[in-house]
Amino acid sequence: MPAKLGLSAEQIERCRSLARHVADGVRRETEQYTTVATERTVLRLLGVDGVDADDVPIPNRVVATLQAAGRVSRGAAVWMGSALAQGARDAGEAAAMLSDRERAAALPEHPRWREAVAPLVERTLARIGDNRAERERRMGAHPPEELPLLYAIVATGNIHEDVVQADAAARAGAQCIAVIRSTAQSLLDHVPFGATTAGFGGTFATQENFRLMRAALDAIEPEIGRYVRLVNYCSGLCMPEIAAMGALERLDMMLNDALYGIIFRDINPLRTLIDQNFSRRINAAAGVVINTGEDNYLTTADAVEQAPAVLASQFINERLAREAGLEDWQIGLGHAFEIDPELEDGLLYEIAQAEAAREIFPDAPLKYMPPTKHMTGNVFRGYQQNALFVLTSVATGQSIHLLGMLTEALHTPFLHDRWLAIEQAKTIRRNARHLGEEMTFRPDGRIVRRARAVLAGAEEILGRVAEHGLFAALSDGVFADTRRRIDGGRGYDGVVRRDPAYANPFLEAWSQAPAGVGA
Amino acid sequence: MSGAKGIRPYGDKKGDGAVQLSFTLPLPKSAVATEAAKRYVAKMGIREPYVTLAEAIAPDFTYFVVYGRATHDIDPSGITAEEAPAAALGREEIDGEIARRFGRRIVVLGCALESDAHTVGIDAIFNMKGFAGDYGLERFHSLDARNLGAQVPVTEVVRQVRETKADAVLVSATVTQNEIHIRHLTDLVDMLEAERLRDRLILIAGGARVDHALAKELGYDAGFGPGTTASRVAAFLLDELTRRQGAAGGRP
Repeated sequence: MPAKLGLSAEQIERCRSLARHVADGVRRETEQYTTVATERTVLRLLGVDGVDADDVPIPNRVVATLQAAGRVSRGAAVWMGSALAQGARDAGEAAAMLSDRERAAALPEHPRWREAVAPLVERTLARIGDNRAERERRMGAHPPEELPLLYAIVATGNIHEDVVQADAAARAGAQCIAVIRSTAQSLLDHVPFGATTAGFGGTFATQENFRLMRAALDAIEPEIGRYVRLVNYCSGLCMPEIAAMGALERLDMMLNDALYGIIFRDINPLRTLIDQNFSRRINAAAGVVINTGEDNYLTTADAVEQAPAVLASQFINERLAREAGLEDWQIGLGHAFEIDPELEDGLLYEIAQAEAAREIFPDAPLKYMPPTKHMTGNVFRGYQQNALFVLTSVATGQSIHLLGMLTEALHTPFLHDRWLAIEQAKTIRRNARHLGEEMTFRPDGRIVRRARAVLAGAEEILGRVAEHGLFAALSDGVFADTRRRIDGGRGYDGVVRRDPAYANPFLEAWSQAPAGVGA
Repeated sequence: MSGAKGIRPYGDKKGDGAVQLSFTLPLPKSAVATEAAKRYVAKMGIREPYVTLAEAIAPDFTYFVVYGRATHDIDPSGITAEEAPAAALGREEIDGEIARRFGRRIVVLGCALESDAHTVGIDAIFNMKGFAGDYGLERFHSLDARNLGAQVPVTEVVRQVRETKADAVLVSATVTQNEIHIRHLTDLVDMLEAERLRDRLILIAGGARVDHALAKELGYDAGFGPGTTASRVAAFLLDELTRRQGAAGGRP
């Protein structure tokens, strides 16, 4: 779509340049460290899985043992390779060796650890590549999809019940199915194991749950003539582990945003930005589309006031994502329709914001989130707000449309709540199909003026963040009025300074450079 | 109608009992499913049910919208239902009264508990900006309002109560899967009692599915449902603190 807002290309370029400056600072700080979650991820990618007699995941057991022995700083792969080179027959045996305190502490580094671990690395890289090729093959077998993609959430807590709900939603027209995680999962420092049937506000993300839902969505593909994308959440303390599980089970989309965890879950900034980089490398290789979480700023603070902060964060997220190897078609920058419906011309501001995001990030599959803050329990008004939201989404060419529920804030969606949302979105998408093409904006009108003001505000924020760095900005409360220190928050004790000879064969394969040198 | 004072839902004339229902039956769409929906509604005491929508929303599920006439009636004169009492005072009046009556700032903590990740409710009451044109508690000079955010463990709330010598705790309960919010709300009361902190606190619950009666039943001093503004909560705090101070024989 041609640009309609007349935004200054130079100003957008200045914003990108400031974001690059911010990202450089993040990289300089984070590349000195690894984390326990990053190393657990390496283990999972090497084929370590399962739980011990106490239900502790084996990757946690190994990393905890290595950490106690002061050996995490070299990277878990070094020790896996050394164990294999010294007699362990497979990943399971090597992990068992490394779970034993004495043996883990006594194991010498083997000079040919790399060769020993290489077949496991190759096997996983091939599996991830095969999954990506299979997704492309499946998608290629169907006609192009209608946009925006309709994205529905299931959240029963029981994976088997989720399958029933997902099946119904997909048949009704949902193109993406997100299984919401149990609400406390982002704060767990381990990933639960196996199929799960009890969760709160959602269902635990486990590799087996991923596999079950993937199989269910694949099963209806021939019947409905569409490939249904599966979405989960790699955020929180196990961010890269979830990315790895998703890559292995062919998930298609991942929520993947460190800032969300920092601000709303008080996760340590350093920890989660390190984890984010590795998780984004995995997602890049797997052909996954990431979704960022800027929409969340708007649920706590005022949407009109926070608009520049959302845009500033999108610029930073875009840069961090590109640096992790994601291509623009994989960077689903987030934003939301959260302006108070009582505000005069609120819809105009929403259109201005959505259109600006579209024009500034033309190749990004923008993820547009529904109203939640001003949903009151009046389901009829809620349905109306959701209709305005869909109309804005269609008219401004958004890519991924998270369906709003008329019962938002009341309960997790009932089967018919979701159906009503899908029907509403399909109707408006059909009716307003070419509205965007027909629309232009008055050059001096309210929408254009608003978009320009938001861009100017974003440039101002980026300037401040670039001057002192992202970590300083976080501790000053620049985002969502929340202050987060570089050495505070959850998971800081899982940050480990890298040895100069740190090695991570996956990071190296995906960044084409030794991890110790930085990408 | 059974009683002279009984009333019924109103559509377009007194006593017509007009109601609308919507629900899903786990049946494939068919004439049998529609008839089942009608009879189901009839069993609920609704006359002349007519199905205006029967939609196959999944292979084995049909969604219905049904209108009909309720035959039950209700006598409102025999009903008592409490709302948390609170005077209609503005922010500046409340600030003035608290300063005059107590001469210090009142410490108010707010949170959502344990697995509840929703900050929307507690933010609407606490954030400076407020909600529906009514400033949040953080804007009140007379209050030391501290929003602890979401997913706060019960033990952490208790620790904060002790550390800050809090006068009041507001708990927002948004997520309501498997009634988990009830358990968290109860856990907090239990632990505060065990720690002998309960009696010196004003304990308030709020949320989409919370009302005053439920909150009282769970051991809270008040419950506020959706649409509650910060000034209403602050007015309640003022009244309750004044009442307690009076009961304890302190200075008015």
